[in-house]
Amino acid sequence: MQKIGVFVCWCGSNIATTVDVAQVVAAVKTIPNVAFAADYKYMCSEGGQELIHKAVQDYQLDRIVVCSCSPRMHEATFRNCAEQVGINPYLVEIANIREQCSWIIKDRAQATAKAIQLAKAAIAKVRFNTPLTPGESKVVKRALVIGGGIAGIQAALDIAEAGYKVDIVERQPAIGGRMAQLDKTFPTLDCSACILTPKMMDAANHPNIKLYTYSEVEAVSGFVGNFEVKIRQKARSVDAKRCTGCGICTEKCPSRKTSSEFELGLKTRGAIYIPFSQALPKVPVIDREHCLKFQTGKCGICSKVCPAECIDYTQQDEIITEHYGAIVAATGFDLLPLDKFGEYGYQDSPDVITSLEFERLTNATGPTEGHLVCPSTGKEPKSVIIVSCVGSRDTSGRGKTYCSKICCMYNAKQAMYIREKYPQIDVTVFYIDVRTPGKAFDEFYRRAVEEFNVHYIKGQVGKVLKDARGGLTVFASDLLSDKHLMLHADMVILATAVKPAAGARKLATMLTASMDNDDFFTEAHPKLRPVESPTAGIFLAGMCQGPKDIPETVSQAGAAAVKVVGLLAKDKLRTNPCVAHCQENICSGCLACEKVCPYGAITAETKTVINLAGVKEQRTVAVVNQTLCQGCGACTVACPAAAMDLKGFSNQEILAEVDALC
Amino acid sequence: MQKIAALMRQKAQELLSSGQVQQVAAWRKGQLAYDNAPAVFTSPEACADLVYDEFCPANLSKYLLAATKKKLKTAVFLKPCDTYGVNQLLKDNRVQREYVYAIGTPCQGMLDIKKIRAHGLKGITRITVSEGVVQVETVYGTQNLPQRDVLLDKCLQCKGNAYMIADTEIGEKLATPEPRGDAFAAVKRIEALPPEERFKFWQQELSKCIRCNACRDICPACSCEQCIFDNPAAPVAGKAFADPVEENMFHLIRAYHVAGRCVGCGECARVCPQGVKLGLLNLKFMKDINTFYGPYQAGSDATTPAPQVTFTQGDVEPSAAGQKGRS
Repeated sequence: MQKIGVFVCWCGSNIATTVDVAQVVAAVKTIPNVAFAADYKYMCSEGGQELIHKAVQDYQLDRIVVCSCSPRMHEATFRNCAEQVGINPYLVEIANIREQCSWIIKDRAQATAKAIQLAKAAIAKVRFNTPLTPGESKVVKRALVIGGGIAGIQAALDIAEAGYKVDIVERQPAIGGRMAQLDKTFPTLDCSACILTPKMMDAANHPNIKLYTYSEVEAVSGFVGNFEVKIRQKARSVDAKRCTGCGICTEKCPSRKTSSEFELGLKTRGAIYIPFSQALPKVPVIDREHCLKFQTGKCGICSKVCPAECIDYTQQDEIITEHYGAIVAATGFDLLPLDKFGEYGYQDSPDVITSLEFERLTNATGPTEGHLVCPSTGKEPKSVIIVSCVGSRDTSGRGKTYCSKICCMYNAKQAMYIREKYPQIDVTVFYIDVRTPGKAFDEFYRRAVEEFNVHYIKGQVGKVLKDARGGLTVFASDLLSDKHLMLHADMVILATAVKPAAGARKLATMLTASMDNDDFFTEAHPKLRPVESPTAGIFLAGMCQGPKDIPETVSQAGAAAVKVVGLLAKDKLRTNPCVAHCQENICSGCLACEKVCPYGAITAETKTVINLAGVKEQRTVAVVNQTLCQGCGACTVACPAAAMDLKGFSNQEILAEVDALC
Repeated sequence: MQKIAALMRQKAQELLSSGQVQQVAAWRKGQLAYDNAPAVFTSPEACADLVYDEFCPANLSKYLLAATKKKLKTAVFLKPCDTYGVNQLLKDNRVQREYVYAIGTPCQGMLDIKKIRAHGLKGITRITVSEGVVQVETVYGTQNLPQRDVLLDKCLQCKGNAYMIADTEIGEKLATPEPRGDAFAAVKRIEALPPEERFKFWQQELSKCIRCNACRDICPACSCEQCIFDNPAAPVAGKAFADPVEENMFHLIRAYHVAGRCVGCGECARVCPQGVKLGLLNLKFMKDINTFYGPYQAGSDATTPAPQVTFTQGDVEPSAAGQKGRS
């Protein structure tokens, strides 16, 4: 006969104030198979655990129910406690009488009645619990970082420094990402390239880091500890091993009309190009779509001028298959396209630019070599207006509802930069709110206002029009003085909303990592597991998880790296034994389970099974990969025959709980 | 129809004697003029008993389950509506295509002997249909009835004369009955009732059930190796027995299990000896699926997965389902 021990916790006053714990103990004592029941002030404390140990020995208990806080809090504690006295940890059930009872019910009688019900349900379930043993799976000691921006570089460097091999996949021809495009960085105003380039060099030269640039992840299979990833290394048409990066080919290329991606269309480039001067690797790539040789068959100048003879027009895309124990998604961000925001005149005037374009205009390596000029005239502007929240905090449905977080600070940075270098230029910032929490952030903003005399006007810009003099007329409202304004500007900078980089969703699908409605990767827990995806072995760094600035991105990348290192440091992983399994003799092979499985853990296999009549037959049945399965239970509800069941949460256990409640 | 029956016999004999198939699923004559029964023919000689007329309503697709198990290549005569069932069984991996030889068989609507008898006709000896008129010969004389009045209910929801799967077709396609108005009209009437009345309606309807399992056995969507209701280890079975109106649970669970698989063939309601309005329950699910996920017809092909097991951005939010389900 089963002997169940029930342990009711007071949680100090958290439970005991609203739940009559003595009454709960008295009630459960009357339930068959309950051999022992007691209450204690803090069951999770050493004293509480000793109470459990003693009761197990004195009453030969074989199953334990703890009525306490959420299992998320102390299930592991009580499972360990049980294991110490020889009870399988999976023969422990938690009845959550705190979060689901005492904290939400004020009436003592009502709370006590509910606590008894929850205890009864847990007792009903524990009767059917079976001992479970975690399995093991090996860990491949190599990590993959997807994205070669500052997030990816930092994560890779930290993993590599800890002694593990790590590969970076970057789809652009060079690493560096968005940070490489920036001029200065807030709040200290150091030059972006000056602090990024050494990190890029470190990553490129680190013996543990391998760069796959101009490459994309093509497919991901496997599971935590052993992902198999196919990487498509796109054909550069240049032999990277022999290329010296001299750049003669890029200078001699006769096709010059393609707009430069790195310069955000503010400059053109050749068909063979190196994206930017500090690019790593410094190996050009041929944009075949715009190359005369590829399009017409004539030209081939780059090949003729190359002193290292490394131009290879026949190069093919290469598929590399590699195994990884952990994956970091660090895919960064794009700016929101402004085609739905006609009022700002971005499409009509070259002098209306995004903040990122402004970064290029003020950057010494940019199209104007750092001279701030209006793109339309090439002349210095006399007045600049900066518009905040373009597409951010948008409730019209055209933009994004979230705050892009970085804009307030870079608005102040850009305004200050203009005022410092060109004191004659008048700078006005329109804002809804100025949000500057962060170390030395508000001081930075105040400096823009107080020392650099940047005009901050609370209000939104309604319209930007080209005026007859070739400048811009900006219609706006000043909410504090309740006035409509019509201002002249030579340049308007739009602090445009950020959004996850194109292709993030496709990648999330491959990784079976979840995303929110804005296509940001979601965390396993928004507060307590912020750098992990709910999918085991997938970690998050940088903007792909949500808007954040460089210091936050670097911190998150470091945190993700630590999680990766923690995983790779293990030789084997204990797998969660609460996984689905298929009773093959009654599986019909309809594979509804396979289709609903979010982890790709179920596959169809044609195999010999013994059918219900006891006869061997060949049939298609569902097979669960126990390592991939995360125990979500979607398959068990999809299965009409109940052939699919979840260990630790079997249909029988759940229905017993339900029966005890109703 | 006699011509078609002759062509079918010929085809069946051909297929069996050439060894192209090992068996043929069709219908054979019953004792009376209106009780043809499904039959499996294994020799060309036996095919003399093969019949086909307006009293062959049974969907033969489920015979393919046994055919697959036994690895017997089976020719099966399928009326247009029956073809949906075969596709569903193929989709559910319950039937293997290599064992199926699907023969599209024309149909102009099957007749309901109960509806004919309801006209006070007894001693029926022969029933023939010609141009929308049903001629009923009885020992007391002959009477003509309009065909539409005596069609099976399921034929009033006819999905048309196209075959969703056919390796070959017999004869020319016939004009199938025009479907009657809004297929979901009856569901909408029930939905409009206040909850208590709706509950009473279903309780009354389902309590007629005698648990003969005929609905389950004929259903091309009910094809599990072992039905959950026959599995004592599955706690659901116990639930159905424990409930005071146990049939409620049986039919409700069955309706959930076939949701997205139910092809709407109407066979469950046809075979029910108690006349339970089972089709209505399935129609409710079909209506909801169409509302939540866009138009879907199970069995129109053998590959498109049901909307409940696929996930798109356009899917209804679970929170909205309760609201939308009543609209």
